[in-house]
Amino acid sequence: MTLETRKPNGEIVTGSVRLIHSAGMHARPAVKLTKLAKKFQAQISIRAADANEWINAKSVSKIMALRAARDSIIEIEASGEDAAAAVAALIDLIAADFPDGGQ
Amino acid sequence: MRAEVARTGYRGKTASIGFAHGAFVRLGKAQIASRKPGTSKDEELALRSAIKSAGEEIAALASAVGGDAAQILEFQVALLEDDDFLEPVFAAITDGTPADAAWSLACDEQIANYKSAFDEYLQARSADLADLRDRVVRTLRGDKNEALKIPDGAIVCADDLPPSRFLEINWSQGGGLALLHGSPTSHVAMLARARGIPMVVQLGAVAEIAETALLDGESATLQLDPTAEQVGLFERRQEVHQKNRASARAILRRPAARWRGEKIKLLINIQRSEDLEHADAQYADGVGLMRTEFLLSDATGLPDEETQYLAYDAVLRWAGERPVTIRTFDAGGDKPVPGFTADHEANPFLGVRGLRLCLARPDVFSVQLRALARAATHGNLKVMFPMVTTPDELESGRKLLIAAIEALKAKGVPAALPELGIMVEVPAAALTVDRFNASFYSIGTNDLAQYVTASDRSNGALAKLIDPRNPAVLELIRRTADYGKQAGIGVSVCGDMAGDPTCIPALLDCGIRELSVNPSALGEIKQTIEKLGDGGVRE
Repeated sequence: MTLETRKPNGEIVTGSVRLIHSAGMHARPAVKLTKLAKKFQAQISIRAADANEWINAKSVSKIMALRAARDSIIEIEASGEDAAAAVAALIDLIAADFPDGGQ
Repeated sequence: MRAEVARTGYRGKTASIGFAHGAFVRLGKAQIASRKPGTSKDEELALRSAIKSAGEEIAALASAVGGDAAQILEFQVALLEDDDFLEPVFAAITDGTPADAAWSLACDEQIANYKSAFDEYLQARSADLADLRDRVVRTLRGDKNEALKIPDGAIVCADDLPPSRFLEINWSQGGGLALLHGSPTSHVAMLARARGIPMVVQLGAVAEIAETALLDGESATLQLDPTAEQVGLFERRQEVHQKNRASARAILRRPAARWRGEKIKLLINIQRSEDLEHADAQYADGVGLMRTEFLLSDATGLPDEETQYLAYDAVLRWAGERPVTIRTFDAGGDKPVPGFTADHEANPFLGVRGLRLCLARPDVFSVQLRALARAATHGNLKVMFPMVTTPDELESGRKLLIAAIEALKAKGVPAALPELGIMVEVPAAALTVDRFNASFYSIGTNDLAQYVTASDRSNGALAKLIDPRNPAVLELIRRTADYGKQAGIGVSVCGDMAGDPTCIPALLDCGIRELSVNPSALGEIKQTIEKLGDGGVRE
């Protein structure tokens, strides 16, 4: 996993992490991810690596539509006050395979 | 007896394709009345409150059941809190869609996405969404109205049906909808298409009582109390339809058709803008032929400029950046129009038809050219003249078009000169395409075959002779394609030949790389091209 902050123009924080969940990005992981994302003020976008479109990490329907499979690399990009914390928290959630009660 | 059977068959207009055979249920006026939508503000508030109470119900249910079931329910709650999902729903309500219809359509779209997934787990999510959809709809409706009791898989017949009543019916076991009035563009029609429920509208008058019915959404027919023979025929049609659709749909979603490494463009022929509602139309590379004769069938006389402009504009808007080829009025021949076409011609197919007629009637033609020039200011419009024989005719048409543009601009109305091309259907034109200053050629194989083989296409006795695969016809197609390739001018085929799988090998072999077919043939033709594959197997 990686985490990178570009300071100069407006705090864009990016990160990437491998999806290890056996069923890929399905309903339960998607719900956990959006719930966590919604705790932050930052604008957060994610995409499966190399996809063209970034999608809103706070939208469960969009995340389900990603259809990210097991072992795909998920890229995260956030901007806003708590962007760095948001990216770090989401990476932790995905890397730890969406543990129960961890939010 | 015979007369009675004949009276139980009805024809209307297709609103949603598909087939249904089931009990016949006729709804009376009292049963149709139901939830009346309020103003768009009322509808928005109604949906917000229904979503809120549905969310509370589900959350309560989740804490009661616990475990895996609770996690599934949490997904439903998350969806109710998903602004990206709800935003288009509220936008539709602001635009005047009733709350229940807007909500159901958004859910149905998601359901269709999940259903098309390869993954069984995602497919199963479609049931959760259907559950969520129905819960919110029930809340919206309240329990004041008594629910309709309709047997599973029934053919429901009514004068018209509001979305809320449609949503009360359990369509999970199939069924169909037959309306005496109604329209293919109504909200109910959209819901029926989203659920894959066959629906036929504008049936006129239908008998009140019958045991069973057959509804064929493809040919827009309703048959009451069918005979065993009618059922047999119907089932065979249904089977063919289902097989074709399943494989053709999958193929349409794949990237462009290729043959020997070359991209084959597949466009659609449309009679009117409503044809774009066909579910497969979205997969086309553009509109290869928009006929405009439907504008002439209005009982109120020849169409004014604004009516025409709106019709052309609707198609260009739909197409976005994709090309749209609109053919100017092709009246005459077998398409007489009172007040426009010449009466009493001894040989209408060899008479004043197509561009010949338009040039003879500049009063009518100029109105169409003005509407086209206005539409050309946005979108990728191409204008095509039919039945062109000599280059002079093309130039006369061009002069009228330029004059129309100048007249519009003088009045401060935005207008533009679209690309101008011709139909290649008269042998004299086919033999001399290099003499025409056209931006594109579109081969009309029906008329070309008729004129090359000297066989009236409306005369059934000559059906064998008028085969477009006649070597003389193919030779003219090949010469046109060769010239187009050499001069860098696009050549397409828009006649029935392009939509006939048995003709595709010959057309590709002649050098044709652009085909325009009816939306319903798009899948089958793409499949045919792919089957021919890189080997280019010929018959």
